[in-house]
Amino acid sequence: MFGLEKRDTLLLGVVVVLTLFAPFILNPFPADSGLAQFNAGYPDLMQRFVIFGIFAIGFNILFGLTGYLSFGHAAFLGVGSYSAVWMFKLLSYNVVPALVLAVIMAGLFSALIGFISLRRSGIYFSILTLAFAQMSFNLAYSVLTPITNGETGLQIYTSDPQYLQSVDAPSFPNLFGAAMNSSTTLFFGGWTFTFSVGYYFCAIFLILAFYLAIRIFRSPFGMMLRAVKSNQQRMNYTGLNTRPYTLAAFVISGMYAGLAGGLLAAMDPLAGAERMQWTASGEVVLMTILGGAGTLIGPVLGAGFIKYFENIFAKINDNVLHGWFAFMPDGIEDAMVAIIHPFVGKGWHLTLGLLFMLVVIFLPGGLVEGGQRLGRVFRRKDKNAGSVEADAAQRRSEAAE
Amino acid sequence: MSFTKLTRRGLIQTGAVAGAGLALPTYLRAENHAGFTNAPTGSTVTLGFNVPQTGPYAEEGLDELRAQELAVEHLNGGGDGGMMNTFSSKALKGNGILGKKVEYVTGDTQTKSDAARASAKSMIEKDGAVMINGGSSSGVAVAVQDLCQSAGVIFMAGLTHANDTTGKDRKANGFRHFFNAYMSAAALAPVLKNAYGSERRAYHLTADYNWGWTQQESIAAATEAMGWETVENVLTPLASTDFSSYIAPVLNSGADVLVLNHYGGNMVNSLTNAVQFGLLDKEVNGKKFEIVVPLYSELMAAGAGANVQGVIGSMNWNWQLQDEGSKAFTKSFGEKYGRPPSNSAHTCYVQTLLYADAVERAGSFNPCAVVEALEGYEFDGLGNGPTLYRADDHQCFKDVLVMKGAENPTNEYDTLEIVEQTPRAQVEYAPDHPMFAGGDLGKCNPGA
Repeated sequence: MFGLEKRDTLLLGVVVVLTLFAPFILNPFPADSGLAQFNAGYPDLMQRFVIFGIFAIGFNILFGLTGYLSFGHAAFLGVGSYSAVWMFKLLSYNVVPALVLAVIMAGLFSALIGFISLRRSGIYFSILTLAFAQMSFNLAYSVLTPITNGETGLQIYTSDPQYLQSVDAPSFPNLFGAAMNSSTTLFFGGWTFTFSVGYYFCAIFLILAFYLAIRIFRSPFGMMLRAVKSNQQRMNYTGLNTRPYTLAAFVISGMYAGLAGGLLAAMDPLAGAERMQWTASGEVVLMTILGGAGTLIGPVLGAGFIKYFENIFAKINDNVLHGWFAFMPDGIEDAMVAIIHPFVGKGWHLTLGLLFMLVVIFLPGGLVEGGQRLGRVFRRKDKNAGSVEADAAQRRSEAAE
Repeated sequence: MSFTKLTRRGLIQTGAVAGAGLALPTYLRAENHAGFTNAPTGSTVTLGFNVPQTGPYAEEGLDELRAQELAVEHLNGGGDGGMMNTFSSKALKGNGILGKKVEYVTGDTQTKSDAARASAKSMIEKDGAVMINGGSSSGVAVAVQDLCQSAGVIFMAGLTHANDTTGKDRKANGFRHFFNAYMSAAALAPVLKNAYGSERRAYHLTADYNWGWTQQESIAAATEAMGWETVENVLTPLASTDFSSYIAPVLNSGADVLVLNHYGGNMVNSLTNAVQFGLLDKEVNGKKFEIVVPLYSELMAAGAGANVQGVIGSMNWNWQLQDEGSKAFTKSFGEKYGRPPSNSAHTCYVQTLLYADAVERAGSFNPCAVVEALEGYEFDGLGNGPTLYRADDHQCFKDVLVMKGAENPTNEYDTLEIVEQTPRAQVEYAPDHPMFAGGDLGKCNPGA
């Protein structure tokens, strides 16, 4: 279907179902129960899941296929955000021109940076992209303040021109009148489910982005990128110029990042310079590796995983902990709180770091590999898997794809 | 499955699905709007405390969190009541807000606009917070204030000192109790004139962002008005940790005063560098070299240690104040946490009480009712003397403290001493003052 093989169609189907039913899936606990703390089904976080999913899918087209590790992808995200907010400021709150400009600007910007950085490969490429991103961050932070509004972040003021904004249109980013922040809440017994316009808007882009990524992965172009990853020198010696391919991959992934940045601005019309900082670039690398570099669904899972920790674990404070352990005697309660305290709230980075280590050490293929191992346990014909040749067999079957 | 041939299994399946489909609407009901975002329906009300728990201002943020927890305890009738006993308004009775028990959620702003907005959004969307309080950076405050305006909740700013928060970025749903750069400059100028004379040449080192610029602009304007000359203004990146390369040129510039428009870790490092270079022991133009730090905080002074001795700066509030409100707050904070509160803790505590009081007086959590209750509100007993929440820009007007690094600190908290309490009249300005112009409060937004 849609020019996909059966397996890929199934994968796309799974992604479609997961994204469309996310408001249900992410809110498994009733709103008044103690476990509601772990619900992630509120619009802002769901939007972040899919937006950073798009960002990571794009990054994976470069890193997963060609093996070029870019440490500056956040710069394109930032460029996308700034372009989108400028469109809101100048034209109107309609998201269409904003997203179009975001993708185009990110594409141009990545073509420029890619053209220079791709002259080197390996660690030198990583350092070059990192340098460019840090440069963009500093420019946005102070030098280009008239364009970026510096540290405060670019915002929309009532005094902005907005030449195409009609009087009755919502004063929030909208798609021809459907405001991104409007939502409907359903109460089902003790559960509450929020369906937000913004989320479904982003979800459609995620599905499109995912579909495009499958097509790229399975195309001759994708094959060429994989060849670059396995041995670029050999390709050069056979007379192939690989640079156009890597540059194309770089620009495509830059445009994905620009789309993600534009969507971020559409959900929340503010663009801050921190979006371009090197930590933000590092985050997308973590997402991709955590989920499984080079796999289709891995980056999306990794993005969801990291954003979940950032937003859910960071909000567990001592007060909440005391609530959990209230049934214990006082001394033990305090001891339990003291033990868990460093890992939640401001310590969420620590928990994430530990999990990242565990994943990299025990599941080098990321969360996707964890899923595969789990699947193998339950699949009858692979019951004997885990023998000495399992890894080799795995690689062979991958290579055969 | 064929539709012409009805099987028993098919019938049961279809029947079950149809039955579930028909029963579904009885469980589903649309959200009942109370006319504003997150109207509290149960017996509790949720406040959102959004403070930096990681990053350069984490120290300030954690102290804010302590004060906010204390405020919630007092609002719910726990503890000794703190400043609720000295507050001029007696609307708060210690039974929560409007009889609803106060609960709170916390978040980490990471001192980044994006993260702060994400955290505030989750409080509003997931936890149903009706008010967001806290923060320790003007960039973050402006960003969160803008978010609260569009979401329809009240924002009670924490530590934010840039003119823009209630200047060009002012919003109807946002309120600032903390003082600002203009007030610092207005309070400092006369003290500096008395201490160092009216013929001085000042060299500015300024944190390169919004707050640094407005502060530098304010200080330069106020000092130039009394006869000082501004030799040079050098912008330093916020992320800098070593300022020696910026200090060296000061010696050769012919300046005899160094103004450090830095805050937090930046200020600790730049001041330490300046002292290490022996600036304070120099004599230039026949005058002793001096350093000024316009915005002080206890936590910074503690970080800079002995280097702050004799250095002049300004503060919003200090625990050494001897009025009834300050004494009550310092006492209950000290009893609970074993340390005196910082001025960022004070402003967050006061903001929480002011919000609760405004809701009680308005009789509603509706943001528009709260805005109306706070605008033009005169109060006393919260530590800064008689205070006005000005309706034009939602800025509080009150006395400003001029501080000096203590020469002989007796303990680790006693690092600053009060030089002067500048009266409110001296730091007031018109709402359309050029440094604050270009803003528009807009209309209060109740959301939903």
